[in-house]
Amino acid sequence: MLCPMPVIRAQNRIKTVAEGDILEVICTDPGAKNDVPAWCRINGHEVVSIETQDDEIIIKIAVGGEP
Amino acid sequence: MNKQPKAVALISGGLDSMLAVKVLQEQGIYVEGINFYTGFCVEGHTHAIRKTDQKKEKRNNALWVAEQLGIKLHIIDVIEEYKEVLTNPQHGYGANLNPCLDCKSFMVKKAREWMDENGFDFIFTGEVVGQRPMSQRKETMPIVAKQCGDDARLLRPLCAKLLPETLPEREGWVDREKLYGFNGRSRKPQIALAARFGFDEYAQPAGGCCFLTDQAYSIKLGDLWKQRGNKNYDLDDIMLLKVGRHIRPREHFKVIIGREEGENNFMNGYRKQFTHMHAISHNGPLALVDGKVSRDDLKLAAQIVARFTQGRDASCVQIEVSEKGNETPFTLDVTPLHNDDIPKEWYL
Ligand code: SF4
Repeated sequence: MLCPMPVIRAQNRIKTVAEGDILEVICTDPGAKNDVPAWCRINGHEVVSIETQDDEIIIKIAVGGEP
Repeated sequence: MNKQPKAVALISGGLDSMLAVKVLQEQGIYVEGINFYTGFCVEGHTHAIRKTDQKKEKRNNALWVAEQLGIKLHIIDVIEEYKEVLTNPQHGYGANLNPCLDCKSFMVKKAREWMDENGFDFIFTGEVVGQRPMSQRKETMPIVAKQCGDDARLLRPLCAKLLPETLPEREGWVDREKLYGFNGRSRKPQIALAARFGFDEYAQPAGGCCFLTDQAYSIKLGDLWKQRGNKNYDLDDIMLLKVGRHIRPREHFKVIIGREEGENNFMNGYRKQFTHMHAISHNGPLALVDGKVSRDDLKLAAQIVARFTQGRDASCVQIEVSEKGNETPFTLDVTPLHNDDIPKEWYL
């Protein structure tokens, strides 16, 4: 899955979960390592961890509330 | 209106939309951004597929711009809906396969829907009159504006002074006097304004905001449509048009050859969907074969691929071929085609 699809998927998913939940984004595009955190920063979520396993990048996001 | 007006900005990632946001922020407007992903957008990453471009930062310009401006950004997947815009544009194409006028109209219409759903007051863009031959002419601006409805809620802060007054101006949410009257293709006023705002880094899209303004890309897309006999496409098709050399030696098939490591890696992700080949006797790229092919066709493809290996001058290059849907590869021993044997017309 290429950027910006990981961001779009995360964004659509985040609407369905509650504040404080952890969302795991699994993707393959190294660009996501920049984009997903950037998207989180501007939308008030927090990146908990970024791990790379083989070809996969796993980004954990703590969902923030409406500012 | 006592509350702070809320506006949604169409963010392309270029300088103009960045300036437009700043102009309105200075007037106390609350802004959020919206960015439509059509599949053809030029993002940092697609460039980064190619290794030569890897020095450039891999970033999504729209996100970067939003962060600089401190606004929220909503990226919206319009890949499916965009197909209708691209394959059947009411106002036709620009110099290449860019349906800019229909595209802008579509985006404004979608933005309007978003605005209504999210309780925003108006929409704005970084458009400048006369800047783009197709979508940003004085005559065409109203066509786009109409998609926003009849209540004049589409503002273009960078050229508002040259256009009829809009609702946000009439209502006094924004001061028309503090908007701009930029006009024409010169970028000087924008660059001056950027300096005033202290923007020292920004993306400068050369042709437009997407691959459809690129001639080489449009030729490949046109070829794809012609071969299929219709204008259908999916995301994988249009992604693959962004990478590799595309060579069509016969009407019914083409070969996509990676130009470097980054592209080979990218194409590797698609190999299961295609018959593919690479040299085993020499170093060389990965190639995907698109189309229904016979053994003779495969041999021709292998000879072409051999041309792009380190064995290009050797008398024999071994090419390993994996047919689509068949796990077991086989090997072809071929003589690489000479450069002169690959006619220019084969290159897309
Ligand atoms: S350049 Fe591409 S994205 Fe921009 S208006 Fe034209 S068709 Fe649409």
